[in-house]
Amino acid sequence: MKSITKAKSRMPARLDLLQSLSGLVLALFMWFHMFFVASILLGADAFDRVAGWMEGSLIFEQTYPVIVSMAAMGVFALFVLHALLALRKFPSSYRQYRTFHDHMKRMGHEDTTLWFVQVFTGFAMFFLGSVHLYIMMTRPDTIGAYGSANRVVSEWMWPLYLLLLLAVELHGSIGLYRLAVKWGFLTGSNPVESRRKLKRAKWGVTVFFLALGLASLAAFIKIGLTQQDHFGQPVLSWASSVPAEHPMLPVPPLGELS
Amino acid sequence: MSTDSPVDSTSLSTSHSSRVASGRRLTFKILRHNPRDPDSHPHMATFELDETPGMTLFIALNAIRDEYAPSLQFDFVCRAGICGSCGMLIDGRPGLACRTLTQTLGEEITLAPLPAFKLIGDLSVDTGQWMRGMSERLETWVHGQQEIDPDRLEERMEPSLAEEIYELDRCIECGCCVAACGTALMREDFVGAVGLNKIARFRLDPRDDRTDADYYELIGDDDGVFGCMTLLGCQDVCPKDLTLQTQIAFLRRRMIATG
Ligand code: HEM
Ligand code: SF4
Ligand code: SF4
Ligand code: FES
Repeated sequence: MKSITKAKSRMPARLDLLQSLSGLVLALFMWFHMFFVASILLGADAFDRVAGWMEGSLIFEQTYPVIVSMAAMGVFALFVLHALLALRKFPSSYRQYRTFHDHMKRMGHEDTTLWFVQVFTGFAMFFLGSVHLYIMMTRPDTIGAYGSANRVVSEWMWPLYLLLLLAVELHGSIGLYRLAVKWGFLTGSNPVESRRKLKRAKWGVTVFFLALGLASLAAFIKIGLTQQDHFGQPVLSWASSVPAEHPMLPVPPLGELS
Repeated sequence: MSTDSPVDSTSLSTSHSSRVASGRRLTFKILRHNPRDPDSHPHMATFELDETPGMTLFIALNAIRDEYAPSLQFDFVCRAGICGSCGMLIDGRPGLACRTLTQTLGEEITLAPLPAFKLIGDLSVDTGQWMRGMSERLETWVHGQQEIDPDRLEERMEPSLAEEIYELDRCIECGCCVAACGTALMREDFVGAVGLNKIARFRLDPRDDRTDADYYELIGDDDGVFGCMTLLGCQDVCPKDLTLQTQIAFLRRRMIATG
């Protein structure tokens, strides 16, 4: 009998839970992240102020970009952990991939297809997310309305950000939906009906954050286009934290924009 | 076993207008292959048939066999959604042929055998072998220490509990949930929703002495409950409308608490 032999490893349980927890924290982090970035829609000042908060302006006299560096490292660690755990679920051979893909095409079943979208966007984020996070870890001092706009336009990050935005918004909201049905959260007394509602909410969340993200990206592109002349000179983040006479600060008068 | 009616009686209500053709001419595309014949290769065979009121796929397939293809293989026993032998892919989705009315389908209907199971021929697959393997692995029988005394009255059980158990016992082992599960297709050893549902059933049963730690030994890995990726194909195709989503989520929480 099985019960006499050595007890089964508890690892699969822990890994499954960690997969979900890491996904949950990442997805909720992304919600905050998207709102912070969207401050650009209120103007360059607003974004710079938010960027300043992230660098500790609310607590200290000065700003410390290293705080952002460390936060980015934390997110990166979680991101790597989550991706590593997700690898367990990836089709592990072409044959498995084909089997799943054929099955998905044949069934035309929404949740099955959504899982494939999640694997696909997850795979894309290996690359897209790593590039973004690496920059946030190494150049937090350049995060600011102008510095970021420069990066988006003159340093050609906009295609990457566009793809990353699509990937993360699809992936995150599908993931949250799946979390709810996987663990039976928010499913109430009528799971079938709740699932339908959760599915609708999921699409709502995707559309909302995609719209917010696209609008923010467009705002950066607009600023970036007016900034191209200054390309090549690093722009330090929080204008007010830098002495006005700082030679490296080619920030145009705000009136020139928008 | 189940008490529900074979086909939804409301959807059958068109059949009172006697057995006249409903006007539709149906085209059936059926995947045919006989693995025991070395010359056979899988191909789609096409048959045409006049639709009759209240026609199920069971009726249609018999008509096709009578009129065109005497060698066509498919399984039926109860014709009433009870025995679980007539599962097949209907326009790509697993379902019971005897409970599927052609009027719910388009004019072109594609039929194929359930994947994940051993093909016997054409639409007939061996779900029994798979189900037996799963049952043996998960030990899907009551594990009681008490000696059964045939002369004594059985231990009483709350009617509500009996009903809960009965609800999960309605599974007819048709295999639709396995064929609908991307995980089960990719990973052969995955126990499927049918297996997890059985564990949920015995877990409820007070006559079964097994604890969650014992169940963890059976399903506490990626071939068991942690393998499920919550694609919910199972939930969406189960012809007995079992609450598979709820059962799997529940077991997942229980097994995490144990692990
Ligand atoms: C390299 C990056 C990533 C990869 C490769 C990846 C991959 C995956 C995969 C394959 C799943 C499905 C797991 C399963 O079926 O059990 C998943 C789930 C999930 N992911 Fe990601 N992901 C990545 C990044 C992210 C990010 C940035 C977020 C935040 C928005 C996120 C949020 C989620 C959530 C909430 C789930 C559901 C967790 C679960 O099913 O237990 N992922 N991820
Ligand atoms: S759980 Fe439903 S779909 Fe699966 S074998 Fe049982 S009756 Fe069929
Ligand atoms: S929910 Fe789990 S058992 Fe059901 S189809 Fe999906 S992976 Fe398979
Ligand atoms: S013939 Fe028995 S379930 Fe269809």
